[in-house]
Amino acid sequence: MKIVVCIKQVPDTAEVKLDPKTNTLIRDGVPSIINHDDKSGLEIALRLRDQVGGTVTVVCMGPPQADVALREALAMGCDKAVLVSGREFGGSDTYATATILGAALRKIGYDLVITGRQAIDGDTAQVGPQIAEQLGIPQVSYAEEVQIQGDHVIVKRQFEDQYHILKVQLPCLITALSELAEPRYMSVGGIVDAYEQEVQVLGFDDLKDGLNPEWIGLSGSPTNVRQSFTKQPKTGGEVLSGLSADEAVEAIMAKLIQRHII
Amino acid sequence: MDFTLSKSHLLQQELFRRFAENEIRPLAREMDETEQYNMELLAKLQRYGFFGIPYEKEYGGAGSDTLAYTLCMEEVSKQDASTGITISVHTSLCCSCIHDFGTEEQKRKYLTPLINGSKIGCYGLTEPNAGSDAAGQQTVAVRDGDDYVITGSKVFTTNSGFADTFVMFALTDRALGTKSMTAFIVERDTPGLTVSADIPRMGIRAASNCVVTYDHVRVPASNMLGKEGQGFKIAMKALDGGRIGIAAQSVGIAQGALNEAVKYVKERKQFGRPIAAFQNTQFKLAEMQTKIDAARLMTWRAAVAKDNHENYSVYAAMAKLTASEVANEVTRGCVQLLGGYGFTREYPVERMMRDAKITEIYEGTSEVMKIVISGSMKLK
Repeated sequence: MKIVVCIKQVPDTAEVKLDPKTNTLIRDGVPSIINHDDKSGLEIALRLRDQVGGTVTVVCMGPPQADVALREALAMGCDKAVLVSGREFGGSDTYATATILGAALRKIGYDLVITGRQAIDGDTAQVGPQIAEQLGIPQVSYAEEVQIQGDHVIVKRQFEDQYHILKVQLPCLITALSELAEPRYMSVGGIVDAYEQEVQVLGFDDLKDGLNPEWIGLSGSPTNVRQSFTKQPKTGGEVLSGLSADEAVEAIMAKLIQRHII
Repeated sequence: MDFTLSKSHLLQQELFRRFAENEIRPLAREMDETEQYNMELLAKLQRYGFFGIPYEKEYGGAGSDTLAYTLCMEEVSKQDASTGITISVHTSLCCSCIHDFGTEEQKRKYLTPLINGSKIGCYGLTEPNAGSDAAGQQTVAVRDGDDYVITGSKVFTTNSGFADTFVMFALTDRALGTKSMTAFIVERDTPGLTVSADIPRMGIRAASNCVVTYDHVRVPASNMLGKEGQGFKIAMKALDGGRIGIAAQSVGIAQGALNEAVKYVKERKQFGRPIAAFQNTQFKLAEMQTKIDAARLMTWRAAVAKDNHENYSVYAAMAKLTASEVANEVTRGCVQLLGGYGFTREYPVERMMRDAKITEIYEGTSEVMKIVISGSMKLK
């Protein structure tokens, strides 16, 4: 079983701040971490490998600094790490990212692809499903439990008010919730090994045969951020208390009329 | 000269920090108050390789080095000095004796389970009447055929409450004194070995520290480490390395207390502003941080010298002397900055102040450190 986990290196948002002038994330001095949902994906991949055998390959698209995220994944126990990195890939939106990662995954090979549900910096939850579309394989998002059964995967998918238990033919892609599995720590020896191992780097030239250059990078991205701004915090609102039901109705109606809502 | 940590060391430091903040910090106060180490925490530390950091993978260790081990000692001791000493005695004292002086067979049999996280070790040198004067030993090992029969008692044996493997020292001929001191590996379940309840203490109260009594404990001669009469050398060499661990523990205690104080002074308001706004507070913190950093650099120097197979014993003694004094001064200063709240058990700095004291005493007192240091200065 070849399990491939896609991870993203993100700023630790517990500490992140927005530049009040440009409204962009201040990344200087902000520690980078593996996105929480992705880390949970790593954990489940490692557990599945230990149950059914095989290998776990971790893939990260990002700048060279993302190397440390891959070393961390290796130190948790992954077998192989691949950094997808190149200037041509910079500025990619979710579609372009999935196009590139799809090409990388075709090159690497896979039986099961696991991604996190969404990244804490972009919050789109799009890249996982888009990769599945790129690869033309079935997908199950919001996985809370995963089991392997022969050449199928049984996935418990979380919905707002219910669960779905789905049986999916391999190869397929699942997106993991951070509830899926509490990730293990790296081990000391794992870190030593991680830095003795090679991280494979896939650049544009390595992937160009399977990539349409018009659909990658900033210029190939169908979506662009036109503006970002910090929302004004909402005020606490007005509290009306000590009213009977009739008085409350009247008070609310008066407010609605006053604001020309009705 | 390069003072920056390698990428691998930085990631190891990150692991130690995350683990200590998430797993050790929430338990530290309770473990101190109940005077009980949390065995689930111990198992987790074993699982992630904290008990075999500077030892070769070949024997089941993490394959890292002494510098990484000091980073571990600092990070865990920032949250809980008891965890620091538990790891340190196991690693620097027990395992190093077997690693440095054991036969291949002894290493496979005893070192591997200790450093791969299956077993815990302890080290018994100090006796009720032989502390700094290790030559005052009374415990004897009498040869009997292929065995030795050990009789005597050891006091303040850290980890002995739950350790599986005891490295201990006994005289094969009392008349010869330390010249006959010999090191042995004794397994916990050997008949005649008994471990007392924990000795009630002022600090590092979560650590296990007991009296170990040997009443005609029979061990095969194959459990002797090195040769007969080599024990004193083995014991002293282990303590040289151990001092690096204690220095790093001291740095951790000090930095941990300082971090608490920094948090507090930003929140605590007096005279209409946070006390961090007062220059006295700022200068106090600046002085303390500078001293901690000096102690840290001395500790790293000793660790790097050990990793480079240079003579490090004086560096280690200097690092321990400095760092342990810094730990005491800084924790006292931090309790002072927190004022009445610092004196309460609601804040961890009072525990850190109590924990700091022992660093000036164990694995060689500050006075013994001065003997080691002055001995290297060609004064006589």
